[in-house]
Amino acid sequence: MKRKRLLFLLVAAAVAATLAACTPVPVASPTPPVAGTGEPATSPAEPTGVRGARTVTIMTHDSFSVSEDVVAQFQAQCGCTVQFLKSGDTGLALNKAILSKSNPLADVFFGVDNTFLSRGLAGDIFEAYASPALAQMPAELKLDPGNRLLPVDFGYVTINYDKAYFAENDVPLPSTLRDLADPAYESLLVVENPATSSPGLSFLLATIATFGEAGEYTYLDFWRDLRKNDVLVTDGWEDAYYGQFSGGSGEGDRPMAVSYATSPAAEVFFADPQPAESPTANLLLPGGSFKQIEFVGILKGAREPELARQWVDFMLGETFQEDIPLQMWIYPALPGADLPEVFTKHAQVPTDAVAMTPDQIEAGRENWIQTWTDAVLR
Amino acid sequence: MDRRSAALGRGLLYLLPLGFLGVFFFYPLLAVVVQSFAPGGRLDLAPIANLWREPYFGRALWFTTWQATLSTAVTLALGMPAAFVFARYRFRGKTVLRALTTIPFVLPAMVVAAAFTALLGSRGWLNSLLMDWFDMARAPVRLQQTIWLVLLAHAFYNTTVVVRIVGGFWSNLDTRLSEAARVLGGNRARVFFEITLPLLLPAVAAAGLLIFLFCFTSFGVILILGGPRFATLEVEIYRQAVALFRLPEASAIALAQIVLTFVVMAIYTRAQARASLPLNLRPAAATEIPPTTPAHKVFVGLTVAGLLLFLVSPLVALALRSLAEGDDALRYFRELFVNRTNSLFYVPPGLAIRNSVFFALITTVLALAIGTLTAALMARARTLGTVLLEPLVLLPLGTSAVTLGFGYLLTMGQPPLNLRASAVLVPIAHTLVAFPFVVRTLLPVMRGINPDWREAAAVLGASPWTAWREVDLPIVGRALLVAALFAFTTSMGEFGATLLIARPEFPTMPLVIYRLLGQPGALNYGQAMAMSTLLMLVCAVAFVLIERFRVGQVGEF
Repeated sequence: MKRKRLLFLLVAAAVAATLAACTPVPVASPTPPVAGTGEPATSPAEPTGVRGARTVTIMTHDSFSVSEDVVAQFQAQCGCTVQFLKSGDTGLALNKAILSKSNPLADVFFGVDNTFLSRGLAGDIFEAYASPALAQMPAELKLDPGNRLLPVDFGYVTINYDKAYFAENDVPLPSTLRDLADPAYESLLVVENPATSSPGLSFLLATIATFGEAGEYTYLDFWRDLRKNDVLVTDGWEDAYYGQFSGGSGEGDRPMAVSYATSPAAEVFFADPQPAESPTANLLLPGGSFKQIEFVGILKGAREPELARQWVDFMLGETFQEDIPLQMWIYPALPGADLPEVFTKHAQVPTDAVAMTPDQIEAGRENWIQTWTDAVLR
Repeated sequence: MDRRSAALGRGLLYLLPLGFLGVFFFYPLLAVVVQSFAPGGRLDLAPIANLWREPYFGRALWFTTWQATLSTAVTLALGMPAAFVFARYRFRGKTVLRALTTIPFVLPAMVVAAAFTALLGSRGWLNSLLMDWFDMARAPVRLQQTIWLVLLAHAFYNTTVVVRIVGGFWSNLDTRLSEAARVLGGNRARVFFEITLPLLLPAVAAAGLLIFLFCFTSFGVILILGGPRFATLEVEIYRQAVALFRLPEASAIALAQIVLTFVVMAIYTRAQARASLPLNLRPAAATEIPPTTPAHKVFVGLTVAGLLLFLVSPLVALALRSLAEGDDALRYFRELFVNRTNSLFYVPPGLAIRNSVFFALITTVLALAIGTLTAALMARARTLGTVLLEPLVLLPLGTSAVTLGFGYLLTMGQPPLNLRASAVLVPIAHTLVAFPFVVRTLLPVMRGINPDWREAAAVLGASPWTAWREVDLPIVGRALLVAALFAFTTSMGEFGATLLIARPEFPTMPLVIYRLLGQPGALNYGQAMAMSTLLMLVCAVAFVLIERFRVGQVGEF
């Protein structure tokens, strides 16, 4: 009997400890470091929202970020608390939202991009909302005429290059995508796998739009030539950029990598001291950039539909829009939103970025990825 | 206590591990299976039948199996000498070295990739050295995206499993058996293969099984170090479930993976039943000697050097990489305390450490409680209950985290299990992965205890509890510590984190590392390396503390 009692006590203690440990605390609840000193915050801060107030929950991907004071401003304005549920990469987060649609986890979903837009709409999880803030958004970003998904931001996937490599080795920069298959650029490029990486898929889509699927030189011919030229494929952006790329903070030896058009600016911003010039730059090859647009939508069955609408309006408004660049390293959708200096000085914008319609992408994706995999990896 | 109430009591005890597995493993898994194959109530098993016709499935199955087999063999070959040295010799720095060999186990795959890049990458130490010496223009060692790097990484991660489980068991083996064999004229090799190895077999098999399952379901290592040309079943599940969102196909592969885990378990259980016999296990301190003869010294020295080179040098490379160039070496560590973009999701390092340690402690308690109970029940006579329990316990290790995560999504949405977005799921998910480890670590030792001793104690009037405390506990103590260490480590390394539906409100150290690696820039990468170094430090301290742990006779080994 004694042993059983001991085991029971052990288990009871464990369960009690677990429950006690996990009393809900609002999101991230970070303490702002004491201004100027950079002192660490040791105790969790009081939530900025009103305790006991209603909560609006936003489901999003892991790359989402926002300033503390911007969220505080919204919480003061709505008299509510905002909670964020980071749920994996874009694809995984969206799939989770679709799987739980009969009993939604959140009120709002942010982060569906144009490559997943059709899946999101087909999943029938979003409620239409014609936000008044939509009026100011450019027409080319409004890809859902039914207003279930509203544009929030956009960015470009393009090739970054290591300035030092090309200068030191006296190699001219490639000027077209096909140049990349030239022996002069053998073993110099790293790209991501379109099956597992969002920039990888975007770059593949750009080449499909540029070379086409039929004709004498298709996208597959281009990729086969790249393969002959020893292109390196990694599964994720992190490994391509940090592990294989030689420019900026990259630790590898390949001077060209598929990344984002704002990465050169991030190299300046996240350096100490900040250099006058970025160590990397965009290689804006004709047809070599892809425009990604991110959307927000209100989930069907939201518990707080009114707060959800307020949050969507807020996301499309100036305060949030101007917070976007330094938090997520993409561009705000709102045309007049101020950009930080590091963006205007160090991030070049592609002028001819490819934009495919979501329906084209959804219809072609699986087949493209499969044929690409067979051509490049097998 | 009469017979029937004793049987009833034992039945109730079975319910605890079974209940835990039932609620947090089988129920969500069943929900995914139902959703996949009978979405509208109509059963459609076509995805399972079609699986065999998909070329990728055969390819992934074959690759998964051979790479796991080879990885296990390599890890055992590398780990056995180390296990022997740790079991038999006493030398300076042993505790610290053993703690260091366990650190790889907690490192996120991305961080291990960074360590290997710093050492073996095209601009890493080894290549720079070789290029310097031999005046070469291009890096001669090109391991990136080769199977060699995958094997190396798997061995790097799992050598500690051999050192801990086999070494722990070895240190309790009675040396008098092999000494007697030596006296009777057996040479060293013969004594090892004919006496020691057969006695060690249960522990070797347990370690091998765990390593095999880890490599079998390997995900991050394959993706990052192997590259996209290699795809395990786990990678295919992720591709089907996330990239293509074909739930039935993903579930079909996940089920195939579970069935294979079962087969491996069955083979193991049979081998185990034959290999395990009651031994006169002895406290480790009684079997340990300092290396005295030159031959011993050379052997110990070589093994330690090998461990330093293979397991410790990547850790050192990582720690060095976290130091900034120039005169302000701790730049990246100080940057960890700065919220440069005023982000809501910024986490001060102290908070991340606190959360990680906190979850790890809860996981340790939960996994030890459930795992010790399970192992104690399974170590007793083979009944229908233990026969059923044995293969079930390891299934969580062979199950796709993405699939199970979807299951949580489908089942944990209503009271009383409204846990979908709750932090309670964190230690539970960690426990699910940790407790099979606890069971596997304890079982060989518990089965090795001579039942005569227990009976002798009972005859002398000891209650079952006293007999357990006086006979079992002193011998099991070492294994309990090893089990605690694995449970702690599993949690610190965020195994099974993808199980979780939403990121918890309590950000842990690995999560901070992932967040930092998500954006470009020297400060981000430097901070990620600094946080990884802190993770290593915290774990090293915790391991040394656990090793030093003493309560009564426990740990006096």
